[in-house]
Amino acid sequence: MTTTTPVPGTPRRRGRRGLAALPFLGPGGLYLAALFVVPLVLITSYAFFQRGRFGGIVWELTLDNFVRLIDPLYLGVVANSLKVGLVVTLLALLIGYPTALAITRLSPKWRTIALVAVLLPFWTNFLVRTYAWILLFNNAGWINQALQGLGIIDEPIPMLYTEPAVVVGLLYMYLPLMILPLYSSLASRDPQLGEAATNLGASPFRVFRTVTLPLSLPGVLTGCVFVFVPAMSNFIIPELIGGGKTVLIGNLIRDQFLKARDWPFGSTLALVLTISLVVLLVAQAAVSRRLNEGKRIRKAVTGA
Amino acid sequence: MPKLGLLRLPLWLTYVFLYLPILVVVILSFNDSESLFVWKGFSLRWYPELFADSAVMAGLRNTVIVATTATVLATVLGTLMAVGIHRYTKGGLVRAFAIAPALLPDLLLGIGILSVFSLLGLTLGLHSVIMAHTVFAMAFVTAIVLARLAHLDPSLEEASRDLGATASRTFFRVTLPQLAPGIVAGALLAFTLSLDEFVIAFFTSAPTTPTLPITIYSMVRFGVTPEINALATVLLLVSVVTVIGAQRLTRTTDTTRTTDTTEAP
Amino acid sequence: MAVSAAAVIGLSACAPSGSSEIDADADITEQELVVSIWADYSPDDLAERFEEETGVKVTIVNHATNEEVMAKLTAGGDSGIDVAFVSGQYAQALSEGGLLQDLDKSLIPNESNLYPEASELAYDPGNAYSMPYAWGTTGLCYRTDLMEAPTSWDDLLNPAADVTGKTTMLSTERWMALPALKALGYSVNSEDPAELEEAKAQLEETKDTLLAFDDTTFYTKLVTGEAVLTEAWDGWCNYGIAEDPNIDFVVPEEGSDLWVDTMTVLKSSENKEAAMAFVNFVLEADVQSWVAENILYKVPNKAAMDLLDPAIYEQYPNMAMTPAELLEEETIVDLGEYSTEYTRLATEIAAG
Repeated sequence: MTTTTPVPGTPRRRGRRGLAALPFLGPGGLYLAALFVVPLVLITSYAFFQRGRFGGIVWELTLDNFVRLIDPLYLGVVANSLKVGLVVTLLALLIGYPTALAITRLSPKWRTIALVAVLLPFWTNFLVRTYAWILLFNNAGWINQALQGLGIIDEPIPMLYTEPAVVVGLLYMYLPLMILPLYSSLASRDPQLGEAATNLGASPFRVFRTVTLPLSLPGVLTGCVFVFVPAMSNFIIPELIGGGKTVLIGNLIRDQFLKARDWPFGSTLALVLTISLVVLLVAQAAVSRRLNEGKRIRKAVTGA
Repeated sequence: MPKLGLLRLPLWLTYVFLYLPILVVVILSFNDSESLFVWKGFSLRWYPELFADSAVMAGLRNTVIVATTATVLATVLGTLMAVGIHRYTKGGLVRAFAIAPALLPDLLLGIGILSVFSLLGLTLGLHSVIMAHTVFAMAFVTAIVLARLAHLDPSLEEASRDLGATASRTFFRVTLPQLAPGIVAGALLAFTLSLDEFVIAFFTSAPTTPTLPITIYSMVRFGVTPEINALATVLLLVSVVTVIGAQRLTRTTDTTRTTDTTEAP
Repeated sequence: MAVSAAAVIGLSACAPSGSSEIDADADITEQELVVSIWADYSPDDLAERFEEETGVKVTIVNHATNEEVMAKLTAGGDSGIDVAFVSGQYAQALSEGGLLQDLDKSLIPNESNLYPEASELAYDPGNAYSMPYAWGTTGLCYRTDLMEAPTSWDDLLNPAADVTGKTTMLSTERWMALPALKALGYSVNSEDPAELEEAKAQLEETKDTLLAFDDTTFYTKLVTGEAVLTEAWDGWCNYGIAEDPNIDFVVPEEGSDLWVDTMTVLKSSENKEAAMAFVNFVLEADVQSWVAENILYKVPNKAAMDLLDPAIYEQYPNMAMTPAELLEEETIVDLGEYSTEYTRLATEIAAG
C-alpha cells in the first residue's frame, strides 16, 4: 500500500497521524460499532442460552447448542454450502473477469452505460426475476415447450429443482457483486505499464498474464469475498429454484430463527459463520498486503 | 487503449444471461391472466391497475426514500473509511472490520438490529431501515473505493502538498476526483442493493411503512400477479431513460484515461 | 378481566407496555389499530367499513407467513401491531409466552355466530385468546384428467410410475411430516421419537420421487401440468380449481389435520378495546361470508356460511365440508420443546 505519511515510529508524528485519521475512520467506525458490532454481539450471545418451551429465550447459560452443532447433519450442510459457494464464486469469476475487462476497454461514455446495464436487472424485484427464471426453465416452461415443439426432445429436460439449478440461480443473483469490484480494480491500473510491456515486445497474452492479472488481484479477491459468503447465506433461491431440495447455511439459519423459533441454536450457527467470516477476511487482508508490498517494490524499481 | 476484440463475446454473453429473465418479465407484464405462469393473451390492463394500487405505490415511495438516503450516507461514510484505511492503517484488521457487514447474512443483521432497537425501546420506521441499509451498503462502498485506491498514484497528492495546499484542499481537489469512478461505482452498487433488499428491511421496518420488496413478498401467498411485472417494466424504463438522459446532459470524460478511439459495442 | 401472568419471552426485560385491564367504557374513537394479516385475505374495504361504523382508524398491513410475523411479535418490545392474524398453533405459542391479551367476550358478542365446534379447538379451547377466522384441512390436490383418483397418503408417498417426478409436498415441517405420520397411523402431533424416525425413513424414500417441496406455487404446477399430484391445503387447492376444473381435492382415508387461522390481540397494544371491537366486526356474517366467497376458504362462522350461494359448493366441493367432518381431523397444536425435532426432520429430509 502506497502512502505519503511520515515514517511510523516517531511518537509525535504517530499522535498527529492518529488525529489526522479521526475524521476518516471516526464517523464510519462509530457507526459500525453501534449498528454492526452491537447487534452482532447481541445476536451471537444468544448461543449461550436456551430456547424457551414455545420459542423465545430462557436466560440460563448452557453450552448445549454447540454440542448440538457437532452433528453430521449440520456439518454436512456446512460442507455442502462451502462447495456450492465455491462453485458459484469460481463461475462468477470466470464470467465476470472477461466482462469487467471488456468494460474497461470501452470508451468512457459507454463504460458507464455498460456498468449500469450490469446493475439494471437488479432494479426489478428479485421475486419477479426468480419467477421469470422458473417460467423459462421449468418442465412446462418456455424453453422446454420450445424444444419439444421443435421436435428436438420428447420429454422435458428437468432444469430446475436441482443443486446445479441453485448454483446458476445464485450465480445470476451475485454476478454484479463480482463484476463491480473487478471493474474498479481493472479500471484503475496504470495503462502505461501495459504499454511499456507491449513496447518491450510482449504479446497481448503475456501483457495480460504478467501485468494485468497480478494488478487486478485485489479486485479479484474483493469480488470473490463478496460472492462467496452471500451465496451461501441466501435462502430464497434454494427454496424457489431448488424446490426446497437443497439446504444451504442460509436455509439452516432461517429455519432455526423463524421456523423452529430456536434463536439460541440459530445464533450458534451465526457465531460459527461469523468466525469463519473473520478468518476469511483476515486471510484476504494478509494476502492483499503481500501483493501490495510486491507492487510497491515493483513501482520503486521501475519508477512507474 | 487496446481494442475489445475477442472480449466482445463474453461481454455479450453476460448481458444475454443477465437480460433473458428480464425479457420474460417484460413480456409477462402484458399477460392477460391473474396467474403469472399461464399465458392467456396480450393485455395492457396491469399498467393502470399498477398505478391504482396504493399499497404498491406507497412501497415504491418508501423504497426510493430509503435507497437514496442510505446510498448518500453509505457513500460518504464508506469513502471516508476507505481513505482512512488506505492512508492510516497497515494491518488488515480495520479493513476486515469495515468490509465485514457486506458479508454477514442479512437475516442476522436484520434480527440483530431489531433486537437492539427493541432493547432500547426505540420505534421502528423508515429511519431504522435507512440506518440498517447504510450499515451493509457502506461496507461495499469501502471495499470498492479501496480497490481503486490501491492503484492510485500518490505523486499527485505529494505534488499538491509540496505546492502548499492544505490537507483538506488536497483531499477535495486531488484525491476525490481521482477516486470519483470508484465512488460512483460504489454508490451505484449501494443503491442497487438497497432497492431490492428484503430481509433486513422486513425486520427493521415498522409494519405500517413497508418497502417495495416487503409489499411484493407479502403478495406471494395468493399469487403474484402480472401487476408486479408491470411495475418492474416501468422501473426499468425509467432507469434506462434516466441513465441515457444523464449521459447526454453531462458529457464527463475520465481525466486520467488517455484518449481512445475504441468503437462502441 | 383476568390477566395471564406467564413468563415474558424475547429479550425485553420490561413487561410490554399497555395496561392489561380492559375498560369496557373506553372511548374507542380515540384509538387506532394496526392489523397484520395475509395479503388479499380480507375484504378490500374492511378498514373503511369498520371506520364508518365505529370511527376507529385501521391500517391493514400484510405478512406473507406465520413465521415472519411471529419473529416480529416475539423480538421483544412493541411490534406496533395491535391485531395479528396467525394460525392456531402459533397463537398458542404466543399465549404461552404471555404476549396475548385475553379476549373480553362482552366486547365480542358476534362470537355467537360461530359454529359450536369452533369453540372446542385444541390449541385454545373456548377461544380464550384467539378467535377463529378461517379453517380447513390438508389433503391431496390432483389432476383428475391425468391420473386415477388417489385415496391414500400412500399414493403420494410411494407414487405410481406415471406419477413419479410429478408430485410435490409441503415444505413447512409440520405439514411435511403429516402424510408420513398419518400413513403410518400416528398422530399429527406426535412427540414420539420412534414414530418420527419411521416417518423420516418414509420421507427419505419419497424425496427421490418428488418434483419439489412447494408451499406457494404448487397449484400453478398443477395447472401447467408440471405436477399431477400435490399435498395441499384445501383453500389453496380451490385456486387451482378456479383455473382448471379438472383439478380436484380429496382428504386421504387415513385422515388429516385441522388447521385454523385466528385473530389475536397483542398485550402490548394500547388500543385493546378497539381491537376487540374489530374482532367482533370481522365476525359479522357478511364480512366472513365475503371471505368464504372470495378467498375460497371455509369459515367457522355459521351465520356466514348460511349466506353462501349453493353454487359455490358445486364448483368447490371441499367448501361443503361440515364442521363435524372437520373436527374428525386432528387439530394441529404447538409442540413446545418438541417443535425443534420437526424442524430437524425437515432439514434432514431436505438436505438428504
